[in-house]
Amino acid sequence: MQPLVILWTDALIFLLLAGALGFGFYASRREHLRAPWRFVIRSRVGLGTLVVLSFYLLIGLLDSVHFHPPADPAGRDGGTLHSSEVISLFDHLVSGLRSRQEKTYSAPLATHLYAKETIELADGSTVRDYPRLEYGGAHLADPERDWLWSVLGLSLIGILKGLALSLVLGNLLLIFLTLRRGCSFEFVAREVLGGRCAIPWRTGLFVLTLLLVLGMWSAELASKFHLLGTDKVGEDVFYQALKSIRTGLLIGTLTTLVMLPAAILLGIMAGYFRGWVDDLIQYLYTTLNSIPGVLLIAAAILMLQIYMSNHAEEFNSLVERADLRLLFLCLILGVTSWTGLCRLLRGEALKLREVDYVQAATAFGVGHFQIITRHILPNVLHIVLITVVLDFSGLVLAEAVLSYVNIGVDPTMNSWGNMINSARLEMAREPVVWWSLAAAMIFMFTLVLSANLFSDVVRDAFDPRLRSSR
Amino acid sequence: MMAYIVRRALYAIPILIGVNVFTFLLFFVVNSPDDMARMHLGQKRVSPEAVQAWKAERGYDRPVLYNAAASGAERLTDTIFFQKSLKLFKFEFGSSDSGRDIGYDISQRMWPSLAIALPVLLVGLLINITFALLIAFFRATYIDFWSVVLCVVMMSISGLFYIIGGQYLVGKLLHLVPISGYDTGLDALKFLLLPVLIGVVQGVGAGTRWYRTLFLEEINKDYVRTARAKGLSERLVLFRHVLRNAMIPILTGVVVVLPLLFMGSLITESFFGIPGLGSYTIDAINNQDFAIVRAMVFLGSVLYILGLLLTDISYTLVDPRVRLS
Repeated sequence: MQPLVILWTDALIFLLLAGALGFGFYASRREHLRAPWRFVIRSRVGLGTLVVLSFYLLIGLLDSVHFHPPADPAGRDGGTLHSSEVISLFDHLVSGLRSRQEKTYSAPLATHLYAKETIELADGSTVRDYPRLEYGGAHLADPERDWLWSVLGLSLIGILKGLALSLVLGNLLLIFLTLRRGCSFEFVAREVLGGRCAIPWRTGLFVLTLLLVLGMWSAELASKFHLLGTDKVGEDVFYQALKSIRTGLLIGTLTTLVMLPAAILLGIMAGYFRGWVDDLIQYLYTTLNSIPGVLLIAAAILMLQIYMSNHAEEFNSLVERADLRLLFLCLILGVTSWTGLCRLLRGEALKLREVDYVQAATAFGVGHFQIITRHILPNVLHIVLITVVLDFSGLVLAEAVLSYVNIGVDPTMNSWGNMINSARLEMAREPVVWWSLAAAMIFMFTLVLSANLFSDVVRDAFDPRLRSSR
Repeated sequence: MMAYIVRRALYAIPILIGVNVFTFLLFFVVNSPDDMARMHLGQKRVSPEAVQAWKAERGYDRPVLYNAAASGAERLTDTIFFQKSLKLFKFEFGSSDSGRDIGYDISQRMWPSLAIALPVLLVGLLINITFALLIAFFRATYIDFWSVVLCVVMMSISGLFYIIGGQYLVGKLLHLVPISGYDTGLDALKFLLLPVLIGVVQGVGAGTRWYRTLFLEEINKDYVRTARAKGLSERLVLFRHVLRNAMIPILTGVVVVLPLLFMGSLITESFFGIPGLGSYTIDAINNQDFAIVRAMVFLGSVLYILGLLLTDISYTLVDPRVRLS
């Protein structure tokens, strides 16, 4: 059995990453492409949100390297070298969170279960009480006395660790800047901390410190407790929320990736060639657009479910099955969302084909393909980029809604939508189980808010019309 | 004018045919009726007789496109494509997979949907425009900046959270209105209050921000400068000039969704237990009732195209510059 597993979405996300890096390299050597990005980096909101987004991206990427872990020595897996289970690098790093499963609900940082149970005492008699958790706070001898001190101690250690880490990173940045500029370390430090640099390093460092402190704090607490409680089957909610990051990122990015080729090709063709090509393409996108998006997705997912239940033997594992469903969801979301971009590109291409340099190229006898690739495409790329960034947050939110209607990602897959879906019943319980909902909301809100703010900055940077009106 | 409307209406026909063929392909060609039957009867070793019976009961046992066994025109009409897909054009939705008349259900359920969607739209419009005008009045100040930040924050919260949070706060903690349910007549009011409120709050962020950009775009135009130059007060400038001209994009944005109001909102209705078309669709999706989903897809497309048609007409009505060419 191959230890490394490459799922479809893994391959695509790394392809996307390679493409983005390639484009970054290409853009860094061309002044007209560098300028808008410099604008993004030099805006405080831009840099701050970029740090948050990279944090999410890092977790998502770590979670996208899948492999079969080595089989456990007990030989339960039939003597093979690797177990049949598929986990990701991220699972491996936080294996404690994954394996420490309780019986059922428990509140954040709790030491006892959330429901009363009949416990058998050592002398044979039984009482009804909240049983101790198997893992959460298991290191405490007397939970009532030690709990507060343990939580405070762990918090302090976590915060100190976070501060130390950010201090190291901050100094590395200062050393890097010193070497690059060739002036003294103290001068650079004063410039950066005084906020007098062109790039707002101070804001970036501040956000980084905040994230690192929060991260280390939760890591410390999560190592001994269930930081955000456990869900119905006793799984750690913090772990679920972290795992959902990958799903959210994939939906937000892969959807646009799969729709881009069609939108760009058809949009430019319609605007450039006009005539019957234009009519045909307009007809195509008006038809697709007139079908309500949610219903189209529902219909397509229902069809996929039928296909999957009738061809169950084609899928090796649950993970693969869920992965294929996610990919298909991205595809169908792409089908419903490419029309907007297509229309924008058509309008822009209509304008561009009348521009002098395109007329000149036509007069010199340059072929259509050459004109499109050399003159039209580079001039509409900023629209594509703005659309991609703007769509991202909407797609992350859409995932939650779709999963709630059961036409989103696979129910076995970790996603914020599935967490909220389960929270619906939990909110009706007495007393309420609020932590699943809260965890999903906080993680989703942070991602969507940063994406929204970031996309505003990107739009300002790339849309010359908006920049002049400010 | 009449000729223009007729021409636009005729243009809708090929699109509807396209939608019809597309749904037909999706529902009957990608997966055969046999697959559907097996799905419904459970996966485990369904006998061919049971599948046949299920299909015969729902009329899926006909040939897909061409019936060689029939004679004359029946060869084309006695097929799944004709019976199940083309009949949608006459708004004959047939019966659902569980045997109910879809047309009747739709006619019953569209009114509760409308009772929520229409107030949400109107109240939301009023509030969003008011806020946006206020922000435009205080443009380029701290009030402007922080209002936009607030809008972005409100936009970034999932709609599900507004519903769950609102239900919990207003329904469960404060006991002001019932959490969910529906009634006929005036009694419906207390059930409608919360969904409408939540629907409005949900849309405030995105709506206000969008209208603000529209207003600011108008404010930078020459005629506004002229109006100020001739000594009009800021209030008059905003209401008489900016608001009126910004109404064109606002109105067209509203008109296009008007017909779709009948379809209701999937999420809101299912959360609040409102027997509208939105919850109808959700139930159909969960029960995997393809006949209903197919009917709703077609109905939604018809309403959307109607919305486009109305938009075209309203454009020519409110903006004399748009010629009927």
